[in-house]
Amino acid sequence: MGLPLGAALAACGTSGPTRPGAEASSSSGAGAAGATYWYLSVQPQEGVRTRTMERFNKANPTGTIKGTTFANDAFKTKIKTAIGAGQAPTLIWGWGGGGLRSYVQAGQVEDLTSWFDENAAVKDRLFDSSFGAATIDGKIYAIPCETMQPIVLYYDKRAFEKINAKPPESWGDIMALVPKFNAAGIAPFSLGGQSRWTNMMWLEFLFDRIGGPEVFQAVFDEKKDAWNNPIAIDALTKMQELIKADGFIKGFSSITADSNADQALLYTGKAAMMLHGGWCYGSMKADGGDFVSGGHLGYMNFPPVEGGKGDPTNTVGNPGQYMSISSKATPEAKEIAKKFFATELMSDTAVKEWVGTGAVPVVKGSDKEFAASEDADFLNFVYGIAVNAKAFAQSWDQALSPTAAEVLLDNIAKLFQLSITPQEFATNMNAVIGK
Amino acid sequence: MTSATAPGKKGRGGSLGWLALPALAFFVAFAVVPLVGVLLLSFTTWDGLGEIELSGLDSWTAVLSNPGLMHSLWVTFLVMVLSWAFQTPLSILLGVFLAGRQRYRAVLAVVYFIPLLLSSAAIAITYKALLDPNFGLGAGLKIPLLVQDWLGEPSLAVGVVVFVVSWQFIPFHSLLYQGGVRQIPRSIYEAAELDGAGRVRMFWSITMPQLKYTIITSSTLMVVGSLTFFDLIYVMTAGGPGDATRVLALDMYKRGFQANLMGPASVIAVILVLVGLFLALLLRRIGGGNNSDSQLEGA
Repeated sequence: MGLPLGAALAACGTSGPTRPGAEASSSSGAGAAGATYWYLSVQPQEGVRTRTMERFNKANPTGTIKGTTFANDAFKTKIKTAIGAGQAPTLIWGWGGGGLRSYVQAGQVEDLTSWFDENAAVKDRLFDSSFGAATIDGKIYAIPCETMQPIVLYYDKRAFEKINAKPPESWGDIMALVPKFNAAGIAPFSLGGQSRWTNMMWLEFLFDRIGGPEVFQAVFDEKKDAWNNPIAIDALTKMQELIKADGFIKGFSSITADSNADQALLYTGKAAMMLHGGWCYGSMKADGGDFVSGGHLGYMNFPPVEGGKGDPTNTVGNPGQYMSISSKATPEAKEIAKKFFATELMSDTAVKEWVGTGAVPVVKGSDKEFAASEDADFLNFVYGIAVNAKAFAQSWDQALSPTAAEVLLDNIAKLFQLSITPQEFATNMNAVIGK
Repeated sequence: MTSATAPGKKGRGGSLGWLALPALAFFVAFAVVPLVGVLLLSFTTWDGLGEIELSGLDSWTAVLSNPGLMHSLWVTFLVMVLSWAFQTPLSILLGVFLAGRQRYRAVLAVVYFIPLLLSSAAIAITYKALLDPNFGLGAGLKIPLLVQDWLGEPSLAVGVVVFVVSWQFIPFHSLLYQGGVRQIPRSIYEAAELDGAGRVRMFWSITMPQLKYTIITSSTLMVVGSLTFFDLIYVMTAGGPGDATRVLALDMYKRGFQANLMGPASVIAVILVLVGLFLALLLRRIGGGNNSDSQLEGA
């Protein structure tokens, strides 16, 4: 009974959404030879992805790509489930790191190492530092694409003028600014705490600035009791000190980043600063009225912590986005995907479009495109961070396995609720090292 | 289930047994098979991507020794009891009111019914926006009382979840009670009126006892239904702040689909089924025997 029903549904699925490329692919008869591609539905990035795909389809009418969009959190679940069920799209978009590793271990993605050897020109155009999160046990399983997104400390210049202060140059400055902003009725920091990874960005920087990238590297390398490092405890304690001092906007634990409500707090003047990904520049420009165009937005790298060992040029975030090819795809679809990688994915036109969203593409020398952009200052700033960083660490939740990442995010949420102590956090996290 | 298996035997109860076959097939395909699948998965280790490996009781010990389970059970229980205690009296009152013959009753009934027509996700997103401490209703209207960290304080968040769940489901239960009240023969009320009983007296002595089985039905739906609350809580608080509103169903989802631990997630699913069965049976017991008994005259 399930069979005819399933076939009927499958038929609906293939005949429905092919409209854009329908007349083009009709020559191939079945029309099932195309590749499929799922991607995130947040603007302005969605538009770039869609147009890139359409350019490819126009240039290659015999083998087209069919796209479907999803919201961020929905995508993360959907793609995992689909891969597990053998229903993955041809092109698997993601953040590399631990998630990619789990696909590799399950044999679900193609090894692209030899393809990159044959197409050295494609590889050489992209930043070397972006390949780290695409490489598992010495083999490359994904092509870095789209943009580098370091985490940046954004601030509202108007808020600093109001209390007559300068942007913080150290952790001590941050702690000193907190009571001043609170007294002026402005929240010191905006935070979308319900999303949890937003809280995590704070810990990523504190760990790095106090102890350097080695502290988290020990966790990543699955060293026993790595979270018990005194530096880790110190960073966690400092984090809770900031929370206890009302460093974050009231109600931060019910604010989500998916709705961009945290950014709205910054550009509406309710909060003075925000630690967030490089992608926020584009969305604040689009949604924030004259906040960006009027020159009110300031940005800087996270300041050093007094006595800390970490290099202040270090950064964390997404060294790129990553696209893999499903090992379950048909040979024709795989060929289409590889052709897409080699041609349109990061073509000069695509690079220009990504720059247009206020972001830095993972392509070397893309700073040449910046001069023409009205966002040149921000782009040069991000490019500078990405190129000059001694270490560009991947976001923790992307670097770890999904199992460990979930426990991490869970405990971070509790740490920010002050319902567990730094030591309890370390104990809980040590328990899942290697899982 | 008992009624579904009996007609499976050919023709004994008459020639109409085959009519149950489609329902039986659906029940087996969409309830029994997944249930057995989940039970089997609970004895395995699977990340949802790779091979499924048998691992005996590993998942069970992992879940049962995790303090998170007791917490989720407690939150589930809390939401269940509070939403029952909140919904039942209001539903009965609304149901009794709607069964009457007042003016504008039909119009009001339509208004009360609206929440049931909305999807849970839409309700959750709307309430989340209304209750936002910085951009919500309280901040917008400058009413200090409404400017609370509704979804950010653990105890407030549980309260809000209970309130929104009740807001959504009270119309449905009111409908049940309305039907229940309409079933009560007018002659009983007329007799009571002749004996000089007031409205309140009639409510307690006639309406409530006559609604006994409706109350049990409605309570069973509420209690068992509250075990599976997921969408509304997921969208509104995602189980937060911390794990303050992480009910069992949410815990299952997080373990299964976010942490890639299908084994332990299946264990929680089995626990959910067992708790649900236990509660349904318990409520039947409290109801005193067979639900098909009638308290009506002549039946």
